[in-house]
Amino acid sequence: MGLLDKEFTDGNIVIAKAEDLMNWARLSSLWQVSFGLACCAIEMMATSASHYDFDRFGVIPRPSPRHADIIIISGTVTLKMATRIKRLYEQMPEPKYIISMGSCSNSGGPYWEHGYHVLKGIDRVIPVDVYVPGCPPRPEALLEGLIKLQEKIRKTSLVKKST
Amino acid sequence: MINTKSSAIRTEEMVLNMGPQHPSTHGVLRLELALEGEIITKVTPHIGYLHRCFEKHCEAMTYPQIVPYTDRMDYLASMGNELGYAVAMEKLLGIEVPQRVEYIRVIMAELQRIASHLVALGTYGADIGAFTPFLYCFRDREKILHLFEITCGARLLYNYIWVGGLSHDLHPDFVRKTRDFIKEFKPTIKELNDILSYNKIFIDRTANVGILPVKTAINFGVSGPNLRASGIKWDIRKDDPYSVYSKFDFDIPVGKGTHGTVGDSWDRYFVRILEMEESLKIIEQALDQLPDGDVQSAIPKRIKPNAGHVYGRVENPRGELGYFIISDGSTTPYRVKVRAPSFVTLQILGELCKGYMIADVITILGSIDIVLGEIDR
Amino acid sequence: MKNTEEILQALKENFPDFSFELKSDLPVEGFIICNPLVIDKISHFLHDNPELNFDSLINLSGVDEIKANQLSVYYHLESTELKHKLVLKVVTDRNSPEVASVTDIWKGANWHEREAYDMFGIKFLNHPDLRRILMPYDWEAGHPLRKDYENPEFYQGMKVPF
Repeated sequence: MGLLDKEFTDGNIVIAKAEDLMNWARLSSLWQVSFGLACCAIEMMATSASHYDFDRFGVIPRPSPRHADIIIISGTVTLKMATRIKRLYEQMPEPKYIISMGSCSNSGGPYWEHGYHVLKGIDRVIPVDVYVPGCPPRPEALLEGLIKLQEKIRKTSLVKKST
Repeated sequence: MINTKSSAIRTEEMVLNMGPQHPSTHGVLRLELALEGEIITKVTPHIGYLHRCFEKHCEAMTYPQIVPYTDRMDYLASMGNELGYAVAMEKLLGIEVPQRVEYIRVIMAELQRIASHLVALGTYGADIGAFTPFLYCFRDREKILHLFEITCGARLLYNYIWVGGLSHDLHPDFVRKTRDFIKEFKPTIKELNDILSYNKIFIDRTANVGILPVKTAINFGVSGPNLRASGIKWDIRKDDPYSVYSKFDFDIPVGKGTHGTVGDSWDRYFVRILEMEESLKIIEQALDQLPDGDVQSAIPKRIKPNAGHVYGRVENPRGELGYFIISDGSTTPYRVKVRAPSFVTLQILGELCKGYMIADVITILGSIDIVLGEIDR
Repeated sequence: MKNTEEILQALKENFPDFSFELKSDLPVEGFIICNPLVIDKISHFLHDNPELNFDSLINLSGVDEIKANQLSVYYHLESTELKHKLVLKVVTDRNSPEVASVTDIWKGANWHEREAYDMFGIKFLNHPDLRRILMPYDWEAGHPLRKDYENPEFYQGMKVPF
């Protein structure tokens, strides 16, 4: 943990890099759009429910995209739905993150060949941060995906990389 | 219900979109609500946001390859979908399956019915504003998913019931663990009743809301718990028995209008609670009578039915699930049409909502318990 | 409770001008083939006659029979009171498919017919709201479950094939 491994040397003052502080704040409260698409949404609900408890990672479902930091694309994205998802994504405030959950939103999944109405991967419409494989992924896999996203956020730098 | 005609001041009609991203639409459903103030004058559902081309896939796959796709239609009741497909195919092929297979199928289908109803009841509570029952229901559902997991390795989509047999025999611990589950689960139904069913706020929100008369229900083709809540004893497990359901002793709960009118939202909710108790009865009997045998002995090496067609149906948690399969004599079906219960049920939403307040749309939509996966297929 | 032969007899007596054909040589289920433009009249009779009392339409499915250059519709009817079932089939031309709508008789037919229109392009005459139902309203590439359907390369700028 960027902050907590620093010792409290002087009273209640914590010394940390601004970058670490911001990243820590961002990764510890990832509010999620409460938005389910298909089968994976049921596993996402199971992840938020009593047994797996998504809340302990700071993931709280929010009904509006304008409150949210993260959107979990949980299920098959059809052509009819893809434009709506794009609009949802555009409504979210920066910084925003996307987890693509399950084979369908990764690549079309079992519908890749004959699915005339299935978008073959959500990354054709919006950028994805973490892909979680599985059909559907187990709740543990989704949690792993979230931890991977947290790692990614922790490594973000405020400094522009010089080319 | 509020009489819209009596108000002296006419206001302009307002059209409000609900969905496709809405926390209470149970998936990607868009409702176009025409409003007169807060009163609903017309509801137009727009579906197809999850149309995954199931029927096209069937025309490209061989018969056994279709089973995993059936799972993904009504993803809350995968076992029921597989059972429906197996029942239809076995009727077309004219094969008998071993008794052990039939018993295991019944156990799985009934466990799935409980799991599915738990999601329906839990999310219904959450829709109306009671979040705690949701956590209770999911806690119990996880126990059933654990039973499925030790049987076939999957939590949600199983590919377990094959044409002519099963993919795995039961785990040695299955019978003991299922009995344990039944013992644990029986008191929690009472708990759920105390926390939600007889809660005054819940009754006020649901009783006398969205009344479905039985004649309308039959004319629309509504089936399953929604039809039974309107007061008619119609259950395919009894009226057109398949598998080994005729060997078990169980009741068919119907709506009685305890807190309002027969066929209101509370009835539709409570019929599901009663059905879970009946399912427990069936599972107990099936576990007691479970015969020995090989679960894979009747699986055909190559499925190639004669040209013809068949309509096979089962009682899924949401109603009558039918498969209409046309074979042209090859290893691939010529046409598969699925009669999805939710697809038929969603049509009555407009009838049910007319004249109610906008908040009641959530109540009514939650009470008919739809799954978009099988509406759009 | 009546079987398909008895129902066919009743239909023939009531509609002497219409042609009916019973097919029962298939495995499993027999069905009656009738004229697509009078299926609404036949359905009215089946629904209203107290001895038949088909109060519920359980399923309606379109089928593309490309070899015979025709589209067909199967109706699965059931009586919840008398507990008998019936399968009807109508056959229509593939180039101008027209079938009378049964929405007046069974309201549940509404979406089934819209789906058959969406997937096969079968026009149901006198249907109150014949639009696409599953595919987007602006889908221009035809009717996907027809056997000769070809998927477009792009839809609204999104690539469709894998």
